[in-house]
Amino acid sequence: MSATGIGASVKRLEDIRFITGKGRYVDDVNRPGQAFAYFLRSPHAHATIDKIDASEALKAPGVVAIFTGDDIAADKVGGLICGWMIHSKDGSPMQAGAHPALAQGKVRYVGDHVAVVIADTYAQARDAGEQIVVDYTPLPAVVDPAKAAEADQAQVHDAAPNNTCFNWHLGDKAATEAAFAAAAHVTKLDLVNNRLIPNAMEPRAAVGDYDSGTDTITLYTTSQNPHVARLVLSAFIGLAPEHKLRVIAPDVGGGFGSKIFIYAEETVCAWAAKKIDRPVKWTADRTEAFLSDAHGRDHVTHAELALDASGRMTGVRVHTIANMGSYLSTFASSVPTYLYAPLLSGQYDIPAIYAEVDAVYTTTAPVDAYRGAGRPEATFVIERLVELAARETGRDPAEFRRQNFVTQFPHQTPVIMAYDVGDYAQALDKALALADYKGVGARKAASAAKGKLRGVGFSAFIEACGIAPSAAVGSLGAGVGLWESAEVRVNPIGTVEILTGSHSHGQSHETTFAQLVSDRLGIPIGNVSIVHGDTDKVQMGMGTYGSRSGAVGMSAIVKALDKIEAKAKKVAGHVLEASDQDIEFKDGKFTVKGTDKSIDFGSVALQAYVAHKFNGQELEPGLKESAFWDPTNFTFPAGVHICEVEIDPETGVVKVDRYTAVDDFGKLINPMVVHGQVHGGIAQGIGQALLEGAVYNDDGQLLTASYMDYCMPRADNLPSFTIDTIETPCPSNPLGIKGCGEAGAIASPPAVINAITDALGHEDVTMPATPQVVWRATQKAPLKRAAE
Amino acid sequence: MVHVSMTVNGRNVSAEIDPRTLLVQFLRDTLRLTGTHVGCDTSQCGACTVHVDGAAIKSCTTLAISCNGSTVTTIEGLAKAGKLHPMQQAFQDNHGLQCGFCTPGMIMASVDMVNRCGPDLDEATIRHELEGNICRCTGYHNIVRSVAQGAREMGAAATAQAAE
Repeated sequence: MSATGIGASVKRLEDIRFITGKGRYVDDVNRPGQAFAYFLRSPHAHATIDKIDASEALKAPGVVAIFTGDDIAADKVGGLICGWMIHSKDGSPMQAGAHPALAQGKVRYVGDHVAVVIADTYAQARDAGEQIVVDYTPLPAVVDPAKAAEADQAQVHDAAPNNTCFNWHLGDKAATEAAFAAAAHVTKLDLVNNRLIPNAMEPRAAVGDYDSGTDTITLYTTSQNPHVARLVLSAFIGLAPEHKLRVIAPDVGGGFGSKIFIYAEETVCAWAAKKIDRPVKWTADRTEAFLSDAHGRDHVTHAELALDASGRMTGVRVHTIANMGSYLSTFASSVPTYLYAPLLSGQYDIPAIYAEVDAVYTTTAPVDAYRGAGRPEATFVIERLVELAARETGRDPAEFRRQNFVTQFPHQTPVIMAYDVGDYAQALDKALALADYKGVGARKAASAAKGKLRGVGFSAFIEACGIAPSAAVGSLGAGVGLWESAEVRVNPIGTVEILTGSHSHGQSHETTFAQLVSDRLGIPIGNVSIVHGDTDKVQMGMGTYGSRSGAVGMSAIVKALDKIEAKAKKVAGHVLEASDQDIEFKDGKFTVKGTDKSIDFGSVALQAYVAHKFNGQELEPGLKESAFWDPTNFTFPAGVHICEVEIDPETGVVKVDRYTAVDDFGKLINPMVVHGQVHGGIAQGIGQALLEGAVYNDDGQLLTASYMDYCMPRADNLPSFTIDTIETPCPSNPLGIKGCGEAGAIASPPAVINAITDALGHEDVTMPATPQVVWRATQKAPLKRAAE
Repeated sequence: MVHVSMTVNGRNVSAEIDPRTLLVQFLRDTLRLTGTHVGCDTSQCGACTVHVDGAAIKSCTTLAISCNGSTVTTIEGLAKAGKLHPMQQAFQDNHGLQCGFCTPGMIMASVDMVNRCGPDLDEATIRHELEGNICRCTGYHNIVRSVAQGAREMGAAATAQAAE
C-alpha cells in the first residue's frame, strides 16, 4: 500500500480551502446586478388563499417584482414532482396532489410559499414582504399521522381521499400468519420513529442567473445531485431545455438527504432570473430551513416477532403509518416502502415477513429521505423487537442474535433482498470484546452503588446501499436509473482530471477518489483533481445519497480507468515498438514483458497527444475515456453497535458512557474518512434517540423552528466513540466497497433505546428520550424479566 | 447610512452602511470575506464566530457599527505569512472537518478557548467549551482531538517564543 493509495488514511486535499475560509458555498456566490428574493410564507397550517394584495409592497423601496402562484401558472411552470411511483395493495397508483412552487388557492403547511418578493437588497425584499396583505380562510390542521386517515379529519388534497397517499404492502401475508399461528412466543411493540429535521449547517441557497445573449439559465444551488435537479427542472418543471440550463452545486455544507430534493425556492430563483433578466439570490435563514427543508422519519408502527420454542425467529409482521407531510417530496414515496420494508429481515434468517405501510398526508412540511432513509426506521423496528424478545424469553441479547444470524451467503430474504456476503458473528465478537461486555455486570453494580441506573443495548444493523441497480429499482417504481458516470481526462503532461457524477458535500471525494486514481495509475495524488457539481463540466450523474458514491461512483471511475489503461498500452506499444499485448503496466510504468524497455505514464500521455509514434487513423490521438457503472446488486453494510448508558434517576439525564461500533463496509479506501463518517452518523442517531424531535402543535405550528427549541447534539452531549471494522469485500463491484455514510445513523437509535430500557427495566420510553421522558419513565416500576 | 471603520485582518477598512447591518453582513457582503458563515442567525451554531479585540464573538448577532474602531480577525486572517495557524493545521491533521461549513467558526472559537483556558485542555473542558458551536458532520469526536492538538501546539509555540 502506497502512502496515498487505497487503504491509506490520507489527509484531506479539500481541507486547505475550508480551514482558511476559502470554501465557495452558494451564499458566497455573487453575480453582477443581482437582486434578492424573500419568500412570503404561510402562517397557517391549512387555509384557502382568498386574495393577495401586493399593491403597497410593490411601491416599497428597492422592490423589483412580486410574484405569486398566478404568475407561475401563467408561465406554465410545472409543479414539483415525486419521482417514485408506488402502487397500493389493490393495484391503484399513489394519490399525489399538485405541488406548485408558489401556492395556488390553498396553503398546506406553515412555511408554504405564498409569494416571492424580489428587491435590490434582501432587507428591502423582506421589508416589502411584510406589506403584502393576504386574506386567508383558515381550515382545520391535520397533524397526527395516526389519525390523518380518519373520516373526521380535514382533507389536505382533494385528489387523496382520507388523506391517504397509498396503502402498500410487501411480503407473504399467509405464510407470515401461519408462522405466527405456530409461534411458541410472540413479542409485540408499538413504536414511534420521531420526526427529525435534517439541519445541514449550511442553509439551502440558490442564485438564478440568466444570460439573454445565449438564452441560458444558470442555477447555483445547494444540491447533492445537480444533474437530477437539472433533469427535473428541465423535463418536468419546464424552465428550459437541458442544454440551456446549467446547474452548479459548488461547495455544499452538508446534506444528509435534505439537499437531494428539488424545492420551490430554487425553482423560483431560476425562473424569476429569466423573468426579470437579473440574477436572483436567496439564502434560507435557519427558521426557513426548519419550516421548509424536507423532514425525516415520522413513522407510527405496530410490530410483532414470532419465535419457535428453540428461540428461532420464524416471522415478522409490521404495520406502519408513514407521514408524508403536505406534499410528496422528490423521493418521499420510496422511503417508507422500498427503502424500509426490505430491511425488516435485519441480519437474521427469518422465513416469513409481511409489512403493511399506509402513507398519509398531513398539514406539515414534506417528509423525505434523511440520513439512512427508511433503513433507520426498519432497524429501529427489528432491533427493538429482537432486544425485547431476548428479554421476554430470558435469553442473552448477544447470543439470541447470534443464534438467528444469517450465516450462509448468498441469502435470499422473504422481502426482496439477496444478501451477498457478510460475517455477522465476527462483528459481534469483536464488538463484545471492545465494549468489555463481560464487565457490564460489575459496571452496573458500580453505578447502582452511586444511585445510578446503567444499561447496555445492542443494535445489529444491516442496510441496503450502493443504490442501486437501475432495472431493479425501475421495476419497483423508480423514475430514474441509479447508475453513476465518470470521465477520466489525462492531460498531455500526465496530470489527471476525474469528472464524476457523484457530489461531495463532506464525504471527502476529492481525497478518496484521488487515492483510487493515484493508486491505479501510479502517479502522485497531487497530480489528480476531482471535478464535480457542474452540469456543464460533468455530462450526467445521479449524485450522492444512499451511501452510493464509493460503491457506484468509484466503480464508474474504475471502469473508465480500465479503458485508459487499455488505450495507454496501445500508445506505449507504439513507442516501445511492441505489441500492446506484451505491455505490462505497474507502478506508473509501461514495460515490455521480460525486458527493461519501459516508459512512464506521463510520457505515454504526452505521446498520446503529440501522436508522432502512431498512425492517427488507426489509433485515435488523445487519452480520455468515460464510463457508466450500473450496479448488479445493492451492497449490504452491516455491523454491531453496543451502547452503554448511565441514567441519573433524580434528573432523568442519560449519559452515553460507552459507544462501540464494529462495522463491515467491505474494502476501505481511507479508514480516517470512514471513521469520520461513522462518528457523524452515530451522533445523528444519538441525537434522534436522546435530543431531537420536530414538534407541531394541534394548530400545525412548528414549535421547534430554531436552535433554541430543536435540540441539536452538542459536543458535551456525546462521548468519544470506539470504532472498528471487519472486512468482507463486496463481490458486486470492482473495489469491494459497501458504503459507510449512513451506517451510524441507522444503527445507533435502537442501541441507545435498548440501553435505556435495559437500565429502566421496562420498555415505556419514547424518542427523543429527553430528561423529562426518562424521569417519568423512572417513576414506573420495572417489569419482572424472564431472566430474573 | 452611518460611517463605520475598523481594522479587519490587519487592514483598515471603512464604509457607509445601513445602521442595521450586522458584523457578519459587513464582513461577507461589503468586504467579501466569505469565510465567516451564517448557520442559524440566533447565535447558537457559532459558524459566524470571529475575534473582536481579541475575544470570540458571534458576528451574526453583532451590529457592525458596534465594532467601530475595533480590531477584527476572521478565519482569513489566521494564517500568517502563508503558514497555517496551529489550530488550522490540527483540524486537517485530525480530520476535524467534513463539509467545512462550521469549520471557520470552530477554529476561531477554539483559538479563543486556548487563549482563555490555556493549552492543557482535557476532553471534558473541550467538549464543554464547544457548547456554542454546532457541527452536524463529525460527531465532534475528531474536533475534540483537533482542539487538543491545536492547543498543545499553541502552547509550545508560546513557550518557544518566550524563550527567544
